[in-house]
Amino acid sequence: MPRTNGATAQPPRWDYAPAPETAKVSIAPRYDHFINNRWTPPTGPKSDAYFDTLNPATEKTLAQVAHGSDADVDAAVRAAAKALPRWRALPPTERAKYIFRIARRVQERARELAVLESTDSGKPIKESRDLDVPQAAAHFFYHAGWADKLPYAFPGRTPTPVGVCAQIIPWNFPLLMAAWKLAPALACGNTCVLKPAETTPLTALRLAEIILDADLPPGVVNVVTGDARTGAALVNHPRVHKIAFTGSTDVGKKIAAATAASPKRLTLELGGKSPHIIFEDASLDQAIEGVIQGIYFNQGEVCCAGSRLFVQESILDQVIRRLEHRMKSLRVGDPLDKNTDVGAVNSRDQLQRIDKYLALGPAEGATLHRANHSTLPERGYWCRPCFFTGVQPSHLVAREEIFGPVLSVMSFRTPDEAIARANNTPYGLAAGVWTDKGSKIFDIARKLKAGVVWCNTYNQFDPASPFGGYKESGFGREGGRHGLRAYLNLA
Amino acid sequence: MPKRLQVAKTFKMYVDGKFPRSESGRSFDLRAGDRLLAHACLASRKDLRDAVEAARKAHEKWADATPYLRGQILYRVAEMLEGKRRELADLLAPPPPGRGVRRGSPLRPDAEVTASIDRLIAYAGWADKYAQVLGCQNPAAGPYYNFTIPEPTGVVAAIAPDAPALLALVSLIAPVIVSGNTCVALASRANPLPACAFAEACASGDLPPGVLNILTGDRAELLPHVADHRDVDAVHAAALPPRDAALLRAGAAQNVKRVTVRDAVDWSDARQCHSPWWIEPFVEFKTIWHPSSV
Repeated sequence: MPRTNGATAQPPRWDYAPAPETAKVSIAPRYDHFINNRWTPPTGPKSDAYFDTLNPATEKTLAQVAHGSDADVDAAVRAAAKALPRWRALPPTERAKYIFRIARRVQERARELAVLESTDSGKPIKESRDLDVPQAAAHFFYHAGWADKLPYAFPGRTPTPVGVCAQIIPWNFPLLMAAWKLAPALACGNTCVLKPAETTPLTALRLAEIILDADLPPGVVNVVTGDARTGAALVNHPRVHKIAFTGSTDVGKKIAAATAASPKRLTLELGGKSPHIIFEDASLDQAIEGVIQGIYFNQGEVCCAGSRLFVQESILDQVIRRLEHRMKSLRVGDPLDKNTDVGAVNSRDQLQRIDKYLALGPAEGATLHRANHSTLPERGYWCRPCFFTGVQPSHLVAREEIFGPVLSVMSFRTPDEAIARANNTPYGLAAGVWTDKGSKIFDIARKLKAGVVWCNTYNQFDPASPFGGYKESGFGREGGRHGLRAYLNLA
Repeated sequence: MPKRLQVAKTFKMYVDGKFPRSESGRSFDLRAGDRLLAHACLASRKDLRDAVEAARKAHEKWADATPYLRGQILYRVAEMLEGKRRELADLLAPPPPGRGVRRGSPLRPDAEVTASIDRLIAYAGWADKYAQVLGCQNPAAGPYYNFTIPEPTGVVAAIAPDAPALLALVSLIAPVIVSGNTCVALASRANPLPACAFAEACASGDLPPGVLNILTGDRAELLPHVADHRDVDAVHAAALPPRDAALLRAGAAQNVKRVTVRDAVDWSDARQCHSPWWIEPFVEFKTIWHPSSV
């Protein structure tokens, strides 16, 4: 086996001085719901009125957040229903200007939002600064421009707003998911009740401040914080016209079943176990970077994480060596350090879930490679990036979504085998393929059953680019012209 | 000279390009007053599973067929239907007043046949066009080629209402198969006979075996099995009673089936029914990124 590109050489010892983000962000001791443009205290029993949100890197409580009761949800939905007739009747160009305004305010407060996001979610500041926040602003900017152009989006049909939208978002991209949900809904003339994830409510509440500052009419956007019970109340509320959910496939199926007897419109963006295929004729340096990005981005807590790697047999050893080498140099630690590559896992529950799979893999016969030896802080939820080899398709680590920085490496011989194994999953969210041969890449891209296929790249996102799954990864698209469809009825 | 005895037709189902009876041996009677029109097959759960298996087996090749070929085959089926106009109109004709099978269609039989043929022709034309209407190139903020294309969802069940027995069935099936899905259709319970004749047109119209499978039987009996079937990817239904629609959606949640139930369709309204927005629920949008750089 040729030894190339220093893949087997000892990595030089780089010692990085700490480079902490110094911007201080004020966090109030306590946050209420945002209903009808008012900060509204929860109405539930006193003992259950507020819950803590933690910094997962320190396990320290950041703030208390209102726990949405049935009555709180009802108040928010009523506010949205009341605001609907005037919002949808607003001249579309005016609606657009409100949304443009939100985009600008998000840009203006970008640094504050990035720090807050990393503090509440554990993600590295370089990701929140360079991806989450700028993409959130871009989503508002993109969709603002659609507000007065909807008649051109669906040839031969007249679009009308769906109505009151219940939007339930996950903890992995708290602000960005809020933007993905709110921006198209508002542009299409709907009013919204947003429920952020239990562990990451702070940036959505900060976005509510921005929306208040942007002078949106009362009730157009409402934010109710809480846990799964709050989400269930929102899903089951009779005056909700549409539910948009991003989260696990299990919960998505429950929502689909719970709304089976109702006329509510539904879009689901669910889990994944996305395949990543490297052919022997790929540009290997780029492919390795792509695989690293694909699984360790946001601690692997990404629905489209490339968590199953299929490597053509002739280059398997080389790829494994390079992955180990590259993984050694990933810096795990303080999310607010600008040099950090992998931050804190979002919660204790999630860390336990990841650890369960790290124990399961070897028990089923796979080999765990933990090349990374970053020094970890004493407190907080941490998982050093790692991967499994010797993985069989039947192993749970090859079948179930782990939602952590854990990659399963497998091999294949022929393109047909790669396709068959890549598609052998109930999921179908994303896929990646690496080869320098153009005709091959399009053939593979066509045959992969996934809603997003990244060719010679991975984890690219854009407001103009539709995102969403095949099969049990959900239905409906977010972003682009296709994303509007979820928020419009076509007459 | 004695009057010649008419040769009565046996009406069977259409599965995997063949015309089997129900594996269960069951049938139900269709009568016009006292006169027996036919013993129609009463499909069982096993028949449904066989049909889904045939549809799954046929899917990859049909999805890979060129749009031009799919368009020509749909057109060919329409040609075959044109040759069966009289038979179809007879099968759609109401029995003598006050007796037998109720039709419930506002269309006259020959008008329904005409509309059905025209619908197939319209969708034949969509085969190589809907992707341009539904897909697009996306202006991402970076050096990427980024485009979104529609691909078939997979195996789709079509649940036809009682009436119009032919036009509704054709209207539910055509947008499904034109885009490369394969289909398992359940014909009108009240009058499944036009569906059986339509199946013959499909078989002689070069539709590959398994692309379309037509069962006759009891909707209430089969619907829960359609809802629960893990290898059915989507359902296209119309005019379902609310209870049936809820049952269908609840079962569909198990494997995240895409369910479209149409209410209050004016089947003769071409603007409504000849539309890429009828194809759209049965395609998945795939977004492909590729960097453009050296």
